[in-house]
Parts: sequence; C-alpha cells; structure tokens
Amino acid sequence: MNIIVLIKQVPDTETKVRITSDKKGIETNDIKWIINPYDEFAIEEGLKTKEKLKEGTVTVVTVGPDRTVEALRTAVAMGADNAVHVKVDGMLDTYLVSRALAEVCKKENGHIIFTGKQAIDDDQAATFSYVAELLNYPSATVVVKCDISADKTKATLEQEGDGGAKNIIETALPAVIGVNKGINTPRYASLPGIMKAKKKEIKTYTLNDLGLGSETNKTVEMDYQLPPERAAGKKLSGDIPAQVKELVRLLREEAKVV
Amino acid sequence: MLNFSLSEDQIALRDMVRKFVQQEIIPNSAKFDESGDFPREIINKAWEAGLMNIAVPEKFGGMGLGVLEDVIINEEMGAGCLGMTTSIAVNTLGLYPILLGGTDAQIEEFVVPFLSSPKLCSFCLTEPGAGSDAGSLSTMAKEDGDDFIVNGSKMWITNAGHADLFTVFCSTNKELRTKGIICLAIPANLPGITLGKHENKLGQRCSDTRAITFENVRVPKRNLIGKMGEGFKIAMRTLDRTRTPIASGAVGAARAAMNYSKNYSKERKQFGQPIANFQAIQFMLADMAVKIETARLLCYNAAWLIDNGQDEQGSYFSALAKRHSADMAMEVATDAVQIYGGYGYTKEYPVEKIMRDVKLVQIYEGTSQIQRVVIARHLLKD
Repeated sequence: MNIIVLIKQVPDTETKVRITSDKKGIETNDIKWIINPYDEFAIEEGLKTKEKLKEGTVTVVTVGPDRTVEALRTAVAMGADNAVHVKVDGMLDTYLVSRALAEVCKKENGHIIFTGKQAIDDDQAATFSYVAELLNYPSATVVVKCDISADKTKATLEQEGDGGAKNIIETALPAVIGVNKGINTPRYASLPGIMKAKKKEIKTYTLNDLGLGSETNKTVEMDYQLPPERAAGKKLSGDIPAQVKELVRLLREEAKVV
Repeated sequence: MLNFSLSEDQIALRDMVRKFVQQEIIPNSAKFDESGDFPREIINKAWEAGLMNIAVPEKFGGMGLGVLEDVIINEEMGAGCLGMTTSIAVNTLGLYPILLGGTDAQIEEFVVPFLSSPKLCSFCLTEPGAGSDAGSLSTMAKEDGDDFIVNGSKMWITNAGHADLFTVFCSTNKELRTKGIICLAIPANLPGITLGKHENKLGQRCSDTRAITFENVRVPKRNLIGKMGEGFKIAMRTLDRTRTPIASGAVGAARAAMNYSKNYSKERKQFGQPIANFQAIQFMLADMAVKIETARLLCYNAAWLIDNGQDEQGSYFSALAKRHSADMAMEVATDAVQIYGGYGYTKEYPVEKIMRDVKLVQIYEGTSQIQRVVIARHLLKD
C-alpha cells in the first residue's frame, strides 16, 4: 500500500518575521526552516500506519525551492522510504501547490494520503481539501485517530470538534486525511537515520514534468502587514476600593470579559 | 587550508540533538537533579534516537562516528543536563577499550548487542586508592586455567548500578606497574560482583555513581581485551578519545549558563534599568563568551587531530581542551550565579545546578591538575 505524506517547510516558530521592502513577502535570509509541525504528525502517522499494516511504503512529498529538500531528508531520517521534490523557485499559491501535489499522488498511486491539518506559516488549512478535490478523493481533517480496515478499503477516523466533542466517521480509501496535534508523538530523526538519509536519492520533478508548465497562480500576494504592536498596560491609582471599582468597570466595559 | 564550518551531516546531527535536549532533557533536568533518580526512560529515548554507542564502526552495524561528532553531540547534551549527558555518553567510554583493543569476534560478542537494545556499559579504571595515579591499581587478575580470577574494588563507576557489562582494568603483576595491567570485558551478572550504594553527589546527581567489589570473579580468558600487559595503553587510548567530548559537555553547560544569565540580565532591573546596561555585567558576559568560544575551538581542534590519526598531538590537545573547558565552565557558571544574585543561589533558577554539575568536570576523566601535568610533560619533553 502506498502511503503518501504531503509536507511543507515553514519558518521555525521562534522566527522574528520581517516583511520585505515591497511588502509582498517576508525576508527569508535568516530564517531557520523546519517541517510544519502538523506535517510531522502526518509523517509519524504514515510511518505508524506502515508499521501496523506490516507492509507498504511511505513517500514524502514537498513543493518548493532547493532548501525544502532538507525537510524531505529529515522525513527520510525519521523513516520514510521515498521522497519526492517538486522543485519550484517562485511563490506558488495553494491552488498550484495542490495541483502539483495531486499530480505526484497520481504518479505514486497513493492509497492513503496524510498531511497536516494546516501549515503554521499562512494557516490556510486548505491543501488537504484542494488535493482531495483535484483527485476526486474523500477527505477529512482535524483527525486525531486513524484506523485502517484489514482489507484496506476504508478507514475509521476520529475528528476533534470544539470543546472536546468527537466525531467518528468512516471513509472509503483512497482518501486525503488532515491530521491534528494529539494523533501521535512524532519520533526523532535518529542519528543513524540522518546518516542514511544523506545518501538517499530524492526524486525531483519540475512543474513542466507534471504537465503544469503553463499553469499560473490563481491568487496573488498583495500586501503583508505585521500585527499592531501591543499597547502599554494601564496602571490604576487611588485607594483600594476606588481601584477595585475602576478595575471592574474596565473589565466590563473595555475588556468585556465580565 | 583552514575551514571552520561543520559539514551538512554534522549540522543535521547537532540540530537533531538540540531538539532532543529541548524536548526530553531540559524539561526533566531539575526534577532528576532533585531526586537523584536514574533517568532510565530518557536514556532509552536517547538510545532510540541513536545518541549512544556512536563510535561503533559501520562494519559492525554502528555509525562509526568520530570524536568531532561526539564533541558536537556532547556540547548539545551538556547544555541540557550534564548528569544525563554523563550517563548517556558513558557507553562510549566503556565500549571504546573493546573497539580499540578487541578482536572482531570480541566486538561482535560484547559490543554489537548494544546496538539492538539499550544496554549500558561502565568503564572501570579508578579505585579507592588509585585515582590520578591510575597506574597503581590493585584490582588483581590471577590466571587460573582458562580463566582469570578477579579480586579488588573500583570506585566512582558511572552507571554501575544499571550496567550490563563492565570493562575492567586489573593488574596481573603489581611490580610491573602499568605494564602489568590488562583489560577484561566482565558481564555484570557474573557471580562475585557486589555494587555499592548510589553516591549522593554535589552535582550530576542523576548519573548513577557507585563502587564495585569483585570477589573471586571468574572471567573466561577469551574476555581479555588486547594482549597481556596492554591494558594501560588501551585505557589511555580510550581516554584520549573521550576526554574531548567530556570537555565539550562543559562547553555546552557554560553556553547554557551564559544564555540564561544574558536573558536574565536584560529582564532584571536595578537602579531603574536592566542590569545588562551595567558594564560590570557586560564584562562578565563578554568574558563568558571569550572563554566558551576558545574552549570550543580547542575541543574541535583536539577532535580533528584524533580523527585524522594524529594521536600524539591529539592527546596533547585533548588535555588542553579538557583543562580549559572544565575550568572555564566553572568560572562561567560561578559568574552566572553572580549575575542572578540571590535568585541564582536558589533552585528556582537553573544556574546553581550548572555550577554544581560542572564542578565534576574539573575532577572526572583526569583532574584539571592531571591535565596540566600532561600538558607540561609535553612542553618539557625535549
């Protein structure tokens, strides 16, 4: 069974984001890149699925510039069998990234496709559904448990809703599954794994190779803005009863929390 | 040709260990320091992540990593908890004598099982009466048919209470001094081995440290590592390879102390401003940086020499690295406590633990004084 994991390389969570002077992107020079944490759960789920079924291969796929190969190597060091890199240098929108991913899923004949429920950089939470739509596969997201039937024709999924609500669904396979935090604890890329991953051959495609050479983005990044700086706190003065009164008023009227 | 950059592999190793330390070691270090419990679960995780037994050659299924990789790994682990670092790294010390002096068959028998499960190995050289004067050991191995019969005591043995295998240095003839020393691989389950209590230490409190007594322990002669009389040489060649990683553990601990005190000095306000604005603090931080950077360079240099077959020069540089790293880490940690002031003296903050932990690096695997002896002997030899 071909298990495919779609991953994205994103800036480390501790990155101090700076916007480029044309405001159409962020400065990428000093960024430390990591695998999107939700995609790490997806990799682990792919590896676990293979271990449980005692058969199959795990193929990780990413779209991006040369630096994204590093994310693929980390996934291989964790235990993925194969890696596919769709090499693109410019900015691709979710639509075009998903087109590329869907083409690779077809080429690799993916039977179950895992990915993170969202990437922590743009938080669009869209890729899993785009890819599923393009492949005409069912999809489910915020999945925290995934059991595959013995005949591998369906999967029972547990989804997490608001306030701890749970939703159990059954889906036919092939399917695209967006996984949530809590589904597992990702293993470390082991040192022997890292050494082996260096030697692993990575399959590389361009958009042309995937028949997408003439496709263009459907959306354009127009303007990036940093969140407003946090305003300074307020210090109350006067005697204690007056301060308490004022505090309650502020909590009720300004903060609107009581 | 001079190149200060690490390879892609080495950077990947470093980043992986750093992540492991942040997720597994740092959140647990204070707890284990307080309890003194053995961090078995964390050691098992380190084993699973491939952080142990790293020097086993590829032809035996290991990674065959060099001293430089060991140095890189230990600096990262030292930045988390030196006690756990010692317990995780000591397998490398215990297994090196077999890798350096053993036959392929002995490596298969004694070392290879460490790759398939998280076993522990202890290096047993020091004795109650033989510390810095390691050549004067009095644990005796007497030949008896196909066996040696071992009698004597070893002291300060790391992981002894949890070890599966001991590499033990014994004398066959005290009059021969170092030339009478042999190395034996002794499985921990042989009859006649008694463990002392877990020592209640100042620092590195979670690494298991005990005395071991051997009383008429019968060890098959095929467990002799190297030839008769080669034990001391094997021990010294082993220590030449582990001294530098031990030093780099101190570099990591010092780096952590500097980072903690740097951050604290920006937050802590006195006289209406962060104490980082005061030159007294700035100079302490600057001196920390100088000490840490020079120590790391010495460690890298020593490791590079040994990895490139320059054993004699490597031995000298590893003494320089160990002396400087251990002593500077003690200075840096002491200054870190000073920057934290009263808070730094409490267990609420992480720097007093580092100060207690690094003290041991000035003592174990050759005291700072013995390193100076080695360095001076090298300087004065011709």
